[in-house]
Amino acid sequence: MYAIKTDSLTKYYGTSRGITDISLTVSEGDFFGFIGPNGAGKSTTIRSLLGLIAPTSGSAELLGMDIRRQKNKILKETGYMPSEASFYRDMKVREVIRYSAALRGLDCQKEAARLIDRLELDPNKKIRELSLGNRKKVSIVCALQHHPRLLILDEPTSGLDPLMQREFFTLLNERNANGAAIFLSSHILSEIQRYCRHAAVIREGSILICDETKHLGHTRAKQITLFGVSAPPAIDGIKNLEPTEDGVKFLYSGDLQTLLHALSSMPVTDMNMTEPDMEDIFMHYYRSDDI
Amino acid sequence: MTILKHELKQGRNALIIWTAVIVSMLGICILIYPEMGSQMTELSGAFANMGGFSAAFGMDKINFGEFMGFFSVECGNILGLGGAFFAALLGISALSKEEKEHTAEFLFTHPLSRNKIVFQKGLSVLVQIIILNAMAIFICLLSAFLIGEKPDIRSLAMLFLAYLIMQIETAAICFGVSAWINGGGPGIGLGSAALFYFLNLVSNLTTHAEFLKFFTPFGYTDGADILINGSLRAEYTAVGLLFTAAGIASAFWKYQRKDIM
Repeated sequence: MYAIKTDSLTKYYGTSRGITDISLTVSEGDFFGFIGPNGAGKSTTIRSLLGLIAPTSGSAELLGMDIRRQKNKILKETGYMPSEASFYRDMKVREVIRYSAALRGLDCQKEAARLIDRLELDPNKKIRELSLGNRKKVSIVCALQHHPRLLILDEPTSGLDPLMQREFFTLLNERNANGAAIFLSSHILSEIQRYCRHAAVIREGSILICDETKHLGHTRAKQITLFGVSAPPAIDGIKNLEPTEDGVKFLYSGDLQTLLHALSSMPVTDMNMTEPDMEDIFMHYYRSDDI
Repeated sequence: MTILKHELKQGRNALIIWTAVIVSMLGICILIYPEMGSQMTELSGAFANMGGFSAAFGMDKINFGEFMGFFSVECGNILGLGGAFFAALLGISALSKEEKEHTAEFLFTHPLSRNKIVFQKGLSVLVQIIILNAMAIFICLLSAFLIGEKPDIRSLAMLFLAYLIMQIETAAICFGVSAWINGGGPGIGLGSAALFYFLNLVSNLTTHAEFLKFFTPFGYTDGADILINGSLRAEYTAVGLLFTAAGIASAFWKYQRKDIM
């Protein structure tokens, strides 16, 4: 059984595109990253999975249950952090957290107190007095206090300071170690790279690639930096060309012998050839269809 | 009933303020009646002969010098109009406020069916209307007792029943609209209540416009009709109940299908 399984999930808002043919699987116990630029369709996918919006076509299962027919059973087992952490402004933090548990028919006071303590949250403050970061913390407590089997987190770290981000990921790792599956959307690559075992890249509503995070960084392409020249050799397979202080930098996905042969007739003073870092690869995914 | 409790708590301050304003105006109005009573007897004839103005407020058919006549017009306007505004605001914001204030994502990702959420929100509107009307009845009876009036209980009960049903209908229509909108609720709510009131005034002016009473919840709250007949006009009330059912059905129907943004 998968924690998440979608089959050609599609959502159109009228005639404008939300997501198109999203098919992906997230195994139970996985730590899965969902990465894409703003407006790529991350939130639309998540909202469809949680039943907030009705997909135009396609199907999806969470924890083996159909998102249309078994929505409430799914939500019982799921913790969700929306990208905008908005709550009832006149309620106190403690009241919102208790209300969230009550809506689940649970009393989670013990776990809530533990989370509040770890996140250094003041439970007596009113929501309207909180910064975005502190509202995010309320959202974390609401998402985690009932020990869900699946955590769906939409851009969870925006607004959290670096120390709190670390504590947040420590919490997530603990939950993941205890068997919870985590589905985390982000446009911050380093988060995905550091914490997720698998990831999918979404762009313009479609999944570009879905693989182990470590494989996503592996590509035939090499990052080449040439010194002493102002232009790359005139051969095929060069992409992401950028000038540097005293040379050029580009991704090369062609034959190595061809490159070396072309370079032998150029006034190159030095060169570096490395694996491209993920940032370069993902920037490429965001911009074009292939690498 | 978690959402019901939450809604009542969220609406507590507004309920207290609206109730306090309406019941204090009702109380003052009744308490000054003995002062006005003698003048009213003289004025009653004048009121009855002010043509369209008298007709619009139903003053051409009742004796303004009698307590029940005075009560049905003055207190009817306070509880009728005030209650309608309050009910409209409650109804229109019940569902739409979650999206307007961006709390819908929080609420709707908890394991509760949408029908359950709509039901409990609707129930909270009803409970608040009943609380306001219960307080109004209590203050009216107390004030009447204090000035030594013994109002006709059946007529009084019918008047209060009419105001209650009218407020429920107003709230239900606005509740139905609430499911379709994401913002701008208060304006629509207050505008609807004012429109309903205005339609009733127009319908009182000429027999040609009497059909409008079918389209306004104020149609069956006419004090003169109730005092003379001893009951609500069944045809207007029945149509009102149909509008009430349609409003509630609209809320449930739309919310089952709505994309929560």
